[in-house]
Amino acid sequence: MTSLSTDPAVASSQRSGATSEQAAPKRRQGFWARENITKILFVVPAGLYLVLFFGYPVVKNLIMSMQDYTTKTFFTGEAPWVGFQNYVTVVSSNLFWPALLNTALFTVACIIGQFVIGLALASFFNRHFPLSRFLRAMLLLPWLLPLIVASATWRSILDQDSGILNQFLGTFGIPAIPWLTSPDVALLAVILVNIWVGIPFNVTLLYGGLQDIPEELYEAGELDGATGWKAFRHITWPNLRPVVSVVLILGVVYTIKVLDIILGLTNGGPANATQTIAVRSYQESFVNFEFGVGAAFSNILILISLVFAVIYLRANRRAVDE
Amino acid sequence: MTTAPLNRSSVRGSALRRRALKTRGSTLLGILFLAIMLFPIYWMVNASLQPSGNTLSADFFPWNPSFDGYEKAIADQGRNLLTSLIIALGAVGVTLVIAAPAAYALAQFKFRWISWAMLAILIAQMIPGVVIANALYAAYNNLGLLNSIPGLILADASHAIPFAILVMRASMMSIPASIIEAARVDGAGQIRAFISIAMPIAKNALITAGLFAFLFAWSDFLFALTLTTTDEIRPVTLGIYQYLGTQVSNWSAVMATAVLSSLPAIVLLVVAQKYIAAGATGGAVK
Repeated sequence: MTSLSTDPAVASSQRSGATSEQAAPKRRQGFWARENITKILFVVPAGLYLVLFFGYPVVKNLIMSMQDYTTKTFFTGEAPWVGFQNYVTVVSSNLFWPALLNTALFTVACIIGQFVIGLALASFFNRHFPLSRFLRAMLLLPWLLPLIVASATWRSILDQDSGILNQFLGTFGIPAIPWLTSPDVALLAVILVNIWVGIPFNVTLLYGGLQDIPEELYEAGELDGATGWKAFRHITWPNLRPVVSVVLILGVVYTIKVLDIILGLTNGGPANATQTIAVRSYQESFVNFEFGVGAAFSNILILISLVFAVIYLRANRRAVDE
Repeated sequence: MTTAPLNRSSVRGSALRRRALKTRGSTLLGILFLAIMLFPIYWMVNASLQPSGNTLSADFFPWNPSFDGYEKAIADQGRNLLTSLIIALGAVGVTLVIAAPAAYALAQFKFRWISWAMLAILIAQMIPGVVIANALYAAYNNLGLLNSIPGLILADASHAIPFAILVMRASMMSIPASIIEAARVDGAGQIRAFISIAMPIAKNALITAGLFAFLFAWSDFLFALTLTTTDEIRPVTLGIYQYLGTQVSNWSAVMATAVLSSLPAIVLLVVAQKYIAAGATGGAVK
């Protein structure tokens, strides 16, 4: 930002104004100054929007997390400063550690599931067969549907008594599983649904990465006897690595904030079995109306995202450079 | 290949046949994978056509389709569907008006701070929605924007604006500076050059950004849930959530609403596949 004030064009724009009808070179400077203002105007709306809808919320959350911010605040306008009290409340609440553990389990399991299935499908579609393009495009559908629609559909499929999944498993003699009503399996059920939602995204990015690997590498490898698994290990995987790191890190960033799916399927229950940091943040703010505590939870979420964002930006830069 | 000697062509013929069999096998396998992945969506449609009732015991195929579910869905949620439509269209407008000029500027003007701007956009995409909702609730409460369509349009645009800037910038980067300069020499101002040269060239990216802005806003659940407090303005995603809230009493109506809410995604994937496929990779990597 400091470099802006030393920019000759901008500096001259501050000096100009009444001097625009002077000698030719000066006028040219004035012209460029006006030009610069027009240029800036192109980015002003977006800049303003980013500041108001992304910058302000982040700052506001930081402040709120240090305040006793409740429903009362909306009537009295008072939000007493409490320092780190909300963070103490968060960390000492008996839901914090289970929620953190669930967040980790949910994120890791979803990423592994989505990635493995996604990579398998991407490799499969990389073979190019009749209809492959169409089938691959149709595969995007689960990702494009509103998440709450996915939740509703899966709730009917996972219903313990009459859901189709238990009926199907029943034909193999497996007794009905209380997918969404038993604390033992609810997290697993939520993970399975989220994997289903995430597969298309993984397939698309990994397919793009596979496409970028030159065919000649495989032809050369074939001469050296590298086919099948060997070709995958020695040619595909090393060349896919930059894309893989981007897919995994973006996967983490998008998965730790998942809210719609969990709220739609279980609302964090049964018996808090599917509580995550994101769900805690939502419920503290919008169910308990403890906005300060909710903000503290969401700041912990941001902190975790930020770590992965930094890793992402480094990996992405390397991927672009290479 | 047509001039190949007979004996060789027969060898090649069998190899070709084997290959044809293999690709046919791949196609069949591909259809099988797709069928498994899309089964839940089939099941949603199937369940929506079953007779009303609180049980789920549906046949595998709706032999006697009943439209009771749709009647109830439209009676209960028709207004909410319309609300969602208005909000989604509004979000498309806001997104394009804000993101297109910025994408053009970031692609064509040599600002010194471009890499910082790009960084800010990438980070914005990563901020959890619940953070934004938390702060917007307080701000909207003061501004009187809770329970309002403009409030939801502006909030929902946050799902799309960073993505739209990235997708459109990538496309506008490929416009040769010489074309823009030629227009400028002919007396066109920056704004004219943007509207009558850059926009038509980047038309595809504009469509992609618009379609995704629509889908993102149509799918929004978090802002619908947190930035409304009354029944007055209720997007259909929230309608479905409230159907699910208590014990579900009418599955066919829930599933019919789910099908109606899926229509935009299904229709766009069929008629605008090119743009959707472009957007699926566009915003993520670069």
